[in-house]
Amino acid sequence: MDYGFTTAAYVVAAVLFILSLGGLSGQESAKRAVWYGIAGMALAVIATLIGPGAGFWLLSLILIAAGGAIGYQLATRVQMTQMPELVAAMHSLVGLAAVFVGYNAHIELNNVLAMDEVARASTEGFAALLAKKDSVEIAILRVELVLGIFIGAVTFTGSVIAYGKLAGRVSSAATKLPGGHLLNAAAAAISLLCLIWYFNTGGFLPLFVLTLAALFIGYHLIMGIGGADMPVVVSMLNSYSGWAAAAIGFSLGNDLLIVVGALVGSSGAILSYIMCKAMNRSFISVILGGFGGTSGPAMEVEGEQVAIEADGVAQALNEADSVIIIPGYGMAVAQAQGAVSELVKKLRAKGKNVRFAIHPVAGRLPGHMNVLLAEAKVPYDIVMEMDEINDDFPNTDVAIVIGSNDIVNPAAQDDPNSPIAGMPVLECWKAKTVFVSKRGQGTGYSGIENPLFFKDNTRMFYGDAKASLDKLLPLID
Amino acid sequence: MGQQRGILGLKIGTPKEIFEGENRVAMTPESALQLQKLGHTCIIETGAGAAAGFDDAAYEAAGVEVAKTTAALWKAADVVAKVRPPSEDEVKRLRSGQTLISMFNPAGNTELMEAAAAKGATVMAMDMVPRISRAQKMDALSSMANIAGYRAVIEAGNNFGRFFTGQITAAGKVPPAKVLVVGAGVAGLAAIGTSTSLGAITLAFDVRPEVAEQVESMGAEFVYLDFEEEQQDGSASGGYASVSSPEFREAQLAKFRELAPDVDIVITTALIPNREAPELWTEDMVAAMKPGSVIIDLAAEKGGNCKLTKMDEKVVTENGVTIIGYTDFPSRMATQASTLYSTNIRHLMTDLTPNKDGVIDHDMEDDVIRGATITHEKAVTFPPPPPKVAAIAAAPKKEKVKEKTPEEKRADELAAFKAQTKNQVTLLAVGAALLLGVGLVAPASFMQHFIVFVLAVFVGFQVIWGVAHSLHTPLMAVTNAISSIIILGALMQIGSGSALVIILAALSVFMCGINIFGGFLVTRRMLAMFQKS
Repeated sequence: MDYGFTTAAYVVAAVLFILSLGGLSGQESAKRAVWYGIAGMALAVIATLIGPGAGFWLLSLILIAAGGAIGYQLATRVQMTQMPELVAAMHSLVGLAAVFVGYNAHIELNNVLAMDEVARASTEGFAALLAKKDSVEIAILRVELVLGIFIGAVTFTGSVIAYGKLAGRVSSAATKLPGGHLLNAAAAAISLLCLIWYFNTGGFLPLFVLTLAALFIGYHLIMGIGGADMPVVVSMLNSYSGWAAAAIGFSLGNDLLIVVGALVGSSGAILSYIMCKAMNRSFISVILGGFGGTSGPAMEVEGEQVAIEADGVAQALNEADSVIIIPGYGMAVAQAQGAVSELVKKLRAKGKNVRFAIHPVAGRLPGHMNVLLAEAKVPYDIVMEMDEINDDFPNTDVAIVIGSNDIVNPAAQDDPNSPIAGMPVLECWKAKTVFVSKRGQGTGYSGIENPLFFKDNTRMFYGDAKASLDKLLPLID
Repeated sequence: MGQQRGILGLKIGTPKEIFEGENRVAMTPESALQLQKLGHTCIIETGAGAAAGFDDAAYEAAGVEVAKTTAALWKAADVVAKVRPPSEDEVKRLRSGQTLISMFNPAGNTELMEAAAAKGATVMAMDMVPRISRAQKMDALSSMANIAGYRAVIEAGNNFGRFFTGQITAAGKVPPAKVLVVGAGVAGLAAIGTSTSLGAITLAFDVRPEVAEQVESMGAEFVYLDFEEEQQDGSASGGYASVSSPEFREAQLAKFRELAPDVDIVITTALIPNREAPELWTEDMVAAMKPGSVIIDLAAEKGGNCKLTKMDEKVVTENGVTIIGYTDFPSRMATQASTLYSTNIRHLMTDLTPNKDGVIDHDMEDDVIRGATITHEKAVTFPPPPPKVAAIAAAPKKEKVKEKTPEEKRADELAAFKAQTKNQVTLLAVGAALLLGVGLVAPASFMQHFIVFVLAVFVGFQVIWGVAHSLHTPLMAVTNAISSIIILGALMQIGSGSALVIILAALSVFMCGINIFGGFLVTRRMLAMFQKS
């Protein structure tokens, strides 16, 4: 098949991918948008298979099918609460694939350079493409290769660590090796030296050392970021996986790879920006160390936490006209979204105004809470963003905080010394009564004491969120 | 200093109003009961309450003595409470030591005031009660203005041939009436409230911009002027409007001229204390109005805000605009007006009888009593010294900053736009310079890809901002699947000869396969869950 057809297919695929991302602006159009994405991907793969350079069709198809089977299993089995882990794990695969493809390009390049003129003319496929390049282009190619491998490697280890933290296999606290950011800086310097070295020699050793340095950076960077910053980390890795694809696209001279890589890269970058803004932190400060690091002495909180039992909560809910529920990561951990949905259904059947307030960084993934609530069949039109609902708290009878902590911490507004000072928070304490469903008296992920729990109108509803709600449900009449 | 009477307290009397067409009465059976609780006795002239719907029997049932003649009432009463300013005859009936409580308009009735002072009577003018918070309960001007504002709208509706509210009926579409209220004092605000609750589109104007908030709280739209000069600060003049500069007046008239062809009903309530009413609705504005439009001029008594207004009359102009200049709106709702007015009187008596023992303590140190008293102990005590308590606290200057004229707003927007443009241009310039720099060094083949890259980043930024917050997780899953496009690279390399390359490429294809299927499927699963209630 000739080259023009492949390019045409790539153009169509690129348009489909753009439509696919643009369609996510609304819940209904999003359902159509996924099909655009699938069609674009199918078209791109088919066009490449019949285009120049591809071989081993059968092997390729078998491998894709095998991978697809595993992907299918993963996608259907995964719990919605485990979405952050899944996304992180998938990022690592993209990162690793980028490293491999980068290595291949390097090997091919050296093969082609070793050939004489006659042999070059007889090359085909990817090698033929390389054979046509002059020395400047090859120099640029090397830089692109290094970039692709570097970003890919950082993405790979970073995502693996992020997966480990989210899945609870690695401690979620921010830990750094002695030396801290100096180690990262040193690794980055080594990478830069390797780049120059590789640029001049084209040998495999500098590439290998560079990969090791990048793997270390990915590992160490993410280890140093605390659990509460995970939404930023995941979207950042999302962005990296895109940039890696774009860099590889440059080295392979494939425009579709460049386009899609750039789309994904900018998407992740914007998500990181939104998350950072929601926490009132700069991107740099998230990267350079998360919550739970050594911050100044915590402000003393006076008062005591007043506990309440299920019947007390039920009574208040039966009398309330308006209820706002603020879910957090704790709800995901306890798998309580089904019970929450049940509660909402009961309250709404009695004509009460029940809504959800979602903080942009609630959970461990951008939009995490929305997905969980949707899974539990909570209608999306009662699920509000922070800006939409924050002014309504003073007119609300009952606010229920389920497994969230920092996003409802009044210290962000009151205490200028607080590590989260200035972060926009849900002002649930302005409601007449606040119930906090929480496992125990400890502090949350960030390790910051929450004055909300000590307020006069706050009652602590201790226990596992799901168990507590199950106790509460029969008492709502 | 105080006046003292016998143990039985004072006799408070209310004569029949003698002013032509006046239906109100200064005492109702209800207020009489309250006055008796202060230790006073009450007397009323026979038939005084008839026009307001209170007959003699009702008064008698409330323990009020009914006097057969006017003369008998004036003779028996120690305190005479009435509505309208006294006539010359009535002033002649006053005697030394007697107290008269009524509307008076002392600035325009100097002779009567002097005559009453000569008689030795104390006169308290209800229209001189100072406008301070404490005195609101006896502020008859406000309570009457409230009625006037309400009634003005009702009267306008009576003379207006269409609905107030817009309707779409089987018989066709009816546009809503457009009402303009000029002057947002008590009467103006009452008119605004009535008009909006009837469903009309209501615009309101006042020279005091600080009332804009009140106007908007009543559901009307405040008409702002394009005017540079600082608008009036009503707090400087006790909450009343004062005379505006000629430039301001011009701007105001220009605005009205612009509105005139659109509005169906105009209610003007603009009065400046002790002056003729300002002309705000000129003849050419009347001419510009649609036939069937109605103008209610609540300032008719002071000459009218419209020069075509005839006091106490309804006139229809050549182009079919009805102009109503009635001055007796409160009297047209006599029962309601009497109830409110008598309550104002009763509150004044409560202040005059602090110990509720039927003994009047006429405390000339008290701001409210001093302000209302215009003759006392044979002397004219009008005008009163300024009250010690400012009627309205001066508005903090901060608020002034907030109230930007449309031009300032435009200037701000322009500045913001300029700053944004500057930002963008700087970014573009830096970006373009960088691109050019790269272009100088890099070969053409690279630049081709680079253009694609830059454009794709640009498209990505534009598209992603539109993604709904709640769909961020599906977005990540789908971008994840899409970023497996790197499979293309692996597919292109798998055909190469080297075994190592084939193995690495095969592994990449396999991993990307997982990602593509996993990513898209999980996205679909998530999106299928989102549902509306």
